[in-house]
Amino acid sequence: MSNTTLTALYTLGRKEIVRILRIWSQTILPPAITMTLYFVIFGNLIGKRIGQMGGFDYMSFIVPGLVMMSVITNSYGNIVSSFFGAKFSKHIEEMLVSPMPNWVILFGHVLGALARGLMVGSIVTVIALFFTEIHVYNIWIVISTVVLTSIVFALGGFINACYATKFDDIAIIPAFILTPLTYLGGVFYSISLLPPFWQSVSKFNPVLYMVNAFRYGFLGVSDVNIYTAYAVILSFVILLTIICLYMLKKGIGLRS
Amino acid sequence: MTIALKVSHLKKTYKNGTVALKGLDLEVQAGEIFALLGPNGAGKSTLIGIISSLVNATSGEVEVFGDSLHKNRNKVKSHIGLVPQEFNFNMFEKPMDVLVNQAGYYGVPRKIALQRAEKYLKQLQLWDKRDGMSRMLSGGMKRRLMIARAMMNEPKLLILDEPTAGVDIEIRRSMWEFVQQIAKNGTTIILTTHYLEEAEQLCKNIAIINHGEIIQNTTIKQLLTTLDIETFIFDLDKNPSDELLRLLNAEITDDHSIQLDVKKSEALNDVFKKIDAQGYKVLSMRNKVNRLEELFFKMTQKDSNKENAA
Repeated sequence: MSNTTLTALYTLGRKEIVRILRIWSQTILPPAITMTLYFVIFGNLIGKRIGQMGGFDYMSFIVPGLVMMSVITNSYGNIVSSFFGAKFSKHIEEMLVSPMPNWVILFGHVLGALARGLMVGSIVTVIALFFTEIHVYNIWIVISTVVLTSIVFALGGFINACYATKFDDIAIIPAFILTPLTYLGGVFYSISLLPPFWQSVSKFNPVLYMVNAFRYGFLGVSDVNIYTAYAVILSFVILLTIICLYMLKKGIGLRS
Repeated sequence: MTIALKVSHLKKTYKNGTVALKGLDLEVQAGEIFALLGPNGAGKSTLIGIISSLVNATSGEVEVFGDSLHKNRNKVKSHIGLVPQEFNFNMFEKPMDVLVNQAGYYGVPRKIALQRAEKYLKQLQLWDKRDGMSRMLSGGMKRRLMIARAMMNEPKLLILDEPTAGVDIEIRRSMWEFVQQIAKNGTTIILTTHYLEEAEQLCKNIAIINHGEIIQNTTIKQLLTTLDIETFIFDLDKNPSDELLRLLNAEITDDHSIQLDVKKSEALNDVFKKIDAQGYKVLSMRNKVNRLEELFFKMTQKDSNKENAA
């Protein structure tokens, strides 16, 4: 990698992270408050009546799911708002006229999304410590799944932002696809509670693999095979990266 | 002589069927300030968009300093600095950050980028605004910020798309000086403008584009020689009589002023003599419009009429 490419990547990554920190009250604070409410209401108040799930008390069971949920929504939200914002106000042109390679444009934005996902994920984890003890079964599985999942949703957000022509377009996917997939992805329950038919249907939901792989890293229990989960997550990373790079090359949604 | 820009058979048809460029050919020599004129919708911005990689060409070729846009896009991009018509920087960033980030995208190390940003912000009288919000800048300041940004990679070819639109005369003139200075330092400049006086002041060569084609590509001097009639306005000391209007074949513009066309072959002395003979004094005299403006209007009108007839 040449020095000029590294400089461009550093510049873009730095700019994205500075943006997240500059508007911390929009990027960091809201998810922290939302997740605290989840812990209080679902974990503490309702969770006590639910009892155990997957061999753990309900609060411990939902912590990985809630951390992953915040990582998913924030990684996706960051790249969508940053990239579509740049498109909307046309300062995306600053990047398009520069000799920065397409993969740097993509990776720089993914870095920003990853940074926000991890920042929010870390804060939510710290908040969770006020409500329960956190077990860590395998730290490497925890780190790798959270990073890869953040990348998957960053890439998905990038595609959404490329196609979006108005603000409605960046609200529709999170509202009608992302949220249902996350809520039905085993954040709050084990799919073993579902009838066999719905268990099978759930297995078409990629978020299930991400949440369960992450939970496996913490608790050592999962509704899905951990290798299958990695295969699913990595397949999405590769597939979505190819789609993003193709869109950048062709200028889909970016150049007329 | 090195060719800075070579455009060959460039065509662009948008998805909605609009044909913006119809096989356009253009050459710009290195080191000159080149004017690109044309009415709204003529294809200027599409041409600039293609050269600067913001618009995909349908067919044709663009070379910048010998590098093909098709084969070596990133090399071509590194030669170019673009000042677009519309403000396209992040209004929530500081001017300093806008410049340093842009330099970074071109691979300019941060330390050098900071030095360049200081240099251009000072040259364009924006230094004291460097740490404010960009959205708080006035229109003229925003335009100057875009010029500074376009200079951050020290481009060999600078494209200015109506850089002085909406800018007051004093700032416009200071921007002209800046443009002339960077041209002296060897940067080739392509300028599109609606202020034809600007083209006349700054540029030696000119291309007029209309309906996606170059309809004239010559020197401004040569172009002006094709204008055989000029319209003058004479301010007189009293109301002109019908007799005077008939004699000069003139029109009255207001109480004390008349307007008449004078052929280049006709001496102005003859006009003065006729006015004097009728007992009038000429208090002042001026061209009705900028000469280039008049010519531009005639050429684009003629082209439009041809198009309509076809």
